Amino acid sequence: MELLKINNLKVGIEDKLIIKGLNLTINLGEVHAIMGPNGTGKSTLANVLAGKPGYDVLEGEIIFMGKNLLEMEPEERAREGIFLAFQYPVEIPGVTNANFMKTAVNEIRKYRQLEPLDAFDFLQLMKERAALVGLDASYLQRNVNEGFSGGEKKRNEIFHLAMLEPKLAILDETDSGLDIDALKIVANGVNSLRSPERSFLVITHYQRLLNYLTPDFVHVMYDGRIVLSGTKELALELESKGYDWLRNGNNGSK
Amino acid sequence: MPNDELLKEITEQEYKYGFVSPIEQEFAPKGLNEDIIRFIWEKKKEPPFMLEWRLKAFRYWKSMQEPHWAKVEYTPIDYQDIYYYAAPKKLKEKPKSLDEVDPEILRTFEKLGIPLREQEILAGVAVDAVLDSVSVATTFKEKLEELGIIFCSINEAIRNHPDLVQKYLGSVVPYTDNFFAALNSAVFSDGSFVYVPKGVRCPMELSTYFRINASETGQFERTLIIADEGSYVSYLEGCTAPIRDENQLHAAVVELIALKDAEIKYSTVQNWYPGDKEGRGGIYNFVTKRGICLGENSKISWTQVETGSAITWKYPSCILKGDNSVGEFYSIAITNNYQQADTGTKMIHLGKNTRSRIVSKGIAASRSNNSYRGLVQISKKAVGARNYSQCDSLLIGDKCGAHTFPYIEVNNSNSIVEHEATTSKISDEILFYCNQRGISKEDAIGLIVNGFSREVLNQLPMEFAVEAQKLLSVSLEGSVG
Ligand SMILES: Nc1ncnc2c1ncn2[C@@H]1O[C@H](COP(=O)(O)OP(=O)(O)OP(=O)(O)O)[C@@H](O)[C@H]1O
Ligand SMILES: [Mg+2]
Repeated sequence: MELLKINNLKVGIEDKLIIKGLNLTINLGEVHAIMGPNGTGKSTLANVLAGKPGYDVLEGEIIFMGKNLLEMEPEERAREGIFLAFQYPVEIPGVTNANFMKTAVNEIRKYRQLEPLDAFDFLQLMKERAALVGLDASYLQRNVNEGFSGGEKKRNEIFHLAMLEPKLAILDETDSGLDIDALKIVANGVNSLRSPERSFLVITHYQRLLNYLTPDFVHVMYDGRIVLSGTKELALELESKGYDWLRNGNNGSK
Repeated sequence: MPNDELLKEITEQEYKYGFVSPIEQEFAPKGLNEDIIRFIWEKKKEPPFMLEWRLKAFRYWKSMQEPHWAKVEYTPIDYQDIYYYAAPKKLKEKPKSLDEVDPEILRTFEKLGIPLREQEILAGVAVDAVLDSVSVATTFKEKLEELGIIFCSINEAIRNHPDLVQKYLGSVVPYTDNFFAALNSAVFSDGSFVYVPKGVRCPMELSTYFRINASETGQFERTLIIADEGSYVSYLEGCTAPIRDENQLHAAVVELIALKDAEIKYSTVQNWYPGDKEGRGGIYNFVTKRGICLGENSKISWTQVETGSAITWKYPSCILKGDNSVGEFYSIAITNNYQQADTGTKMIHLGKNTRSRIVSKGIAASRSNNSYRGLVQISKKAVGARNYSQCDSLLIGDKCGAHTFPYIEVNNSNSIVEHEATTSKISDEILFYCNQRGISKEDAIGLIVNGFSREVLNQLPMEFAVEAQKLLSVSLEGSVG
């Protein structure tokens, strides 16, 4: 089943064209990886999918579970099942991670016409999912990301992912800033969240995450477009050849 | 002008507009002079010492200048253009029913869970009860009387307990204290009085709901609370004003006196009308609140949630005179649209080993300005005194301002004064992050504001805390696009 379909997407920021005609289809249950040099528009794509204000969608369409995604408010998209693990997670003053997740989970449940979880069930769920991603329970009572180390913030993003059970999880460089052990834990967490009912779009610069995650497809993004798509071997090839390989005339070959 | 002439003039003036009703006659004309003060004094049937006191205050007030040191701006107040004794709004100008009231206002009332009848009152719908001269609820009066607790309107207290009033009225806030205190002393016409006798623990929260109803009526409540040795009382003050497009002055004075081993807890939730989105209308809230810990081991604790008023100028303070006495100030001040708040506290340490704690949370949204102004003064004799102050500001958007003015004066070397301050901002990035987790902007702000305010909300009695929490989110409505 087709979960996400992006057709000829063009996005600008402040008069500058960033995404220049991007096509991508993700079926339910698939794991897609996007690689590509700095500044080619990977985070821009992730943000546009999540509905971050400030981007001008100039052309194209995005269909998510048969609905026009571009017409939805960011919170609606989240409730529909889009999750973004941020490249730079923000700190939220005065709100504990637990309280934040409780609000989020229950908002999403409300949207799906489910009863809110009671305090006991919620606590159980939270403990279980925190353990799944190796997040110590003490981080649940701290304010969201406040004073967390870079790696802890990334891990917390995966914890949120585990709590919210989205249809499409977008991971924007979740691996950067993680040490080897943390990387394994996060990757294992993600792997255990893989299901035929859930798809992943993983943005990364490094092969090592893909070693653990084994994507179904790897795409190379360059200058606002997907210029190359293949299987996991493509990532290996990229790692050995570097992006110069693309600049030297391989553009557009698929 | 003799009183009967004055009254005649008023009645005739009213008659021109086509009304005669007993309520309509109960007011003095606009403006302030000694005759008006005599009129109020006579209306209130007060003993002679009060007239003398009021006139002294008035004469002193005339010699004073309106203060302008606070970080607030407003068009000058014409003190001769105010009614100093309640003049109910003319019935024909009032909406006849809730159907005629702005739906936006009704929506707000609904969110606050204000009952229908209350809504009518707040919206200024013509109802036949007299509202401006609020008198204190009498439900529990008898039960309190059994314990010897006096809880009545200040007017009743002046008539029935003149000795207590004469001893304590103006003893904490003398009329010479400041411009608005002098004005209040001259013209106050309502307020509450509490006396808790020795060793008595007041078994219930005492509460008053103040309202400003009539148009162009200055409100000058006067509250006096005396906790005798070893007693305890918790007092709640809720303030709401109906919506008017003109500004109204509110200059109250509250005095608290805690004798040896006594404790007074005073909580306020203030949501006077703040003015509209363009900054039109709203209450000018210039209030003097002060308590004295007169005896050893006494304690006074102020908790305030300030969400309303166009301008708030308010510094609930403690004079810690008795040795080992304790003063506390917990405050949340919220400003939105064009609201301005300059609020804080003074902790004056006079006795040995006195302690004070200040927790101030300022929240500014839209184009509002929110200032904390606090003084911690430790006198030479206050050996071993301690103060801890924490002032946190939260900004929503980037057109608002938060300012902190802590003044610290320490006059002996073995006292400890600690001050901490933080400023956080609810940025667009934070809001987007919350949105991305399925939480709407309004809920996100509510979540953050409640977290930010929790330490102060926890100080409020349970039912009050719930109301206050709702108020916080309602007053921040529309603060983001
Ligand atoms: N708010 C903005 N204003 C102007 N330009 C912007 C803005 N945000 C992003 N850009 C530009 O858009 C381009 C794409 O940025 P984006 O963050 O999507 O790149 P990326 O592929 O995620 O890079 P990286 O691998 O470094 O994370 C960059 O040139 C960046 O400078
Ligand atoms: Mg990026």
